[in-house]
Amino acid sequence: MAVFPSTAAAQARGKYRRGQGARQAPDSGPAPTRNRGPRRTQRSAYLFLTPIAIGFLVFYVWPLLQTLGFSFTSFGVFGGNTWVGGENYERVVQDVTVGRALRNTLIYTALGLCTLPVAIVIANLLNRRGLRGVAIYRALYFIPFITLPSAVGLVWNWLYNGDFGMVNQALSVIGVDGRYWVSDPTTAVYAIGLVMIWSQIGYYLIIFIAGIKAIPQDYYEAAELDGAGPLRRFFSITLPLLSPSIFFASVICVINSLQQFDLIYVMTSANNPALGSTESVLTLFYQWAFEENSQGAAAALAFLLMLLIALLTYVQFRLQKRWVHYA
Amino acid sequence: MPESATPESAMPAPATAGAYGGTAGPRRRRFDKGSVATHAVLCLGAVIMVFPFVWQVLTAYKTMPESVQVPPSFLPESWRGDAFREVFSALPFLEMLGNSLLNTLGRTLGQLVFCSLAAYAFARMQFRGKNVLFAIFLSVLMVPAQLLILPQHQIIQEMGLLNSVPALFLPGMFSAFGVFLLRQFFMSLPKELEEAARIDGAGSLRIFWSVMLPLVRPALAALAVITSMWSWNDLLWPLVVNTDPEAMPISAGLTSLEGQFLTNYPVLMAGSAVASLPMLILYLLLQRHFVQGIALSGSKA
Repeated sequence: MAVFPSTAAAQARGKYRRGQGARQAPDSGPAPTRNRGPRRTQRSAYLFLTPIAIGFLVFYVWPLLQTLGFSFTSFGVFGGNTWVGGENYERVVQDVTVGRALRNTLIYTALGLCTLPVAIVIANLLNRRGLRGVAIYRALYFIPFITLPSAVGLVWNWLYNGDFGMVNQALSVIGVDGRYWVSDPTTAVYAIGLVMIWSQIGYYLIIFIAGIKAIPQDYYEAAELDGAGPLRRFFSITLPLLSPSIFFASVICVINSLQQFDLIYVMTSANNPALGSTESVLTLFYQWAFEENSQGAAAALAFLLMLLIALLTYVQFRLQKRWVHYA
Repeated sequence: MPESATPESAMPAPATAGAYGGTAGPRRRRFDKGSVATHAVLCLGAVIMVFPFVWQVLTAYKTMPESVQVPPSFLPESWRGDAFREVFSALPFLEMLGNSLLNTLGRTLGQLVFCSLAAYAFARMQFRGKNVLFAIFLSVLMVPAQLLILPQHQIIQEMGLLNSVPALFLPGMFSAFGVFLLRQFFMSLPKELEEAARIDGAGSLRIFWSVMLPLVRPALAALAVITSMWSWNDLLWPLVVNTDPEAMPISAGLTSLEGQFLTNYPVLMAGSAVASLPMLILYLLLQRHFVQGIALSGSKA
């Protein structure tokens, strides 16, 4: 909170002016209480903010600065940290595993974005007028989202199991030979990506149901009078008017997909031959930071990830003018 | 259901209600083809969403050879809870559940208290440096969690708290998101209530606690529910600070169960079912708050 004093003067000026105004018009309604109040309420405002401010300083602001320092530091195994300049960043840029993790992370993100069209279609179906059981459907679709990812990962590993898994049993019924989905390096990323889609549909469904509900009924009625069929109405009314929700969802989706960890960690455990091929930036970070004692490089990697998140979010905000219609 | 019913009930008569999905036209009144098709698609989707859990529970009740039988049997031969017993004897599973519970309670209560105090100050009080402070809070919200984990781990270590329950919930008790969420709600309350209470001689804390806080109860409920969910499900942070099985929450415990039992799926399924049950129950009881909290939240943490 070192920023305080720099603005204190400006704030004080405002305060003074307000105080003066109150003094000049003592008979105006709320002024007297205000005049008596400020110093006391100011003190209690600071008191109210103290606990969380301490928490933020200790666990957020200070760590952020430290990570920045870490990223320029090399950690000796027995202590003894040395300043190494940009060495960690060089490693991040040159390391092939980073390239691979980045590629996987982008695949997860692309797959994650596939959730949106699915959720839009389901939300549209659920919004059909007079449809019964909407609450039940919504509740069921939502269950995967609230279930802890470590449990979801185990369940899907069992379903994906190459020899006895339900996925392959079902495929054999229609005459398709299954694979070892999660331990085959060529399919593992996609297998895990599908689970990501499955587990977050419910979340986007809620956003889109709310968005569709906000579209005025008149539009549909007018379109219908003009002879627009259901498909036409979906593409010409629902989609454009839903675009702010879609935009919001895609921003959230990209941010979350770039930070995938839990499912990947659980679904590709240490003895999995596909271990490296599913790695995301965040699992690589975990490995560097807590399994291989290269905290410096891990910190640099974390900054790279933050940069990527910021960049993709920025791009989305720039592109939104092209396709998002605000009513 | 109530939401979907509103537009229709606003219509004067069912005959004039023009459908906009599936079969078009104002003549629609009976059970039409369109809604059958809609139900078919939605049911298929629901099966895909729920079947994995059904299979999880069925597998948990099977014996190991039964689970790998080809072709698979759908129902277990008998409903023995052997796998469940094994889960509880192989790991300190009860302790893990307890740790998860304490972690969830710690984070949730912490957020409710700290965030509501700060949110109230930001929403309803005038003080110096408010805008700057608020900007700092906003930036906390923007920083991705993994940037903080390394030093946070070090801080917990220096506090001597590694492998303890407080380690699980300490950083998570403070949430910028919680402050923003509650601030929005506090700002929407009328000023008169506070002024009346002040004239009656109530102090700031008193006004906050007895007048304002009860009015934002729905927001508190949404925050509580959503925080509980993230705390119960969180994996990365517990893996980092608590490596001792006795101190792990259930989310991390499942990964060590996986390491121990590899392909003994009945046991793995039993463990994962037990671990997900508490959140499922909470969800079924408090669905409305879940939905609201999630609609308000957006990203994790």
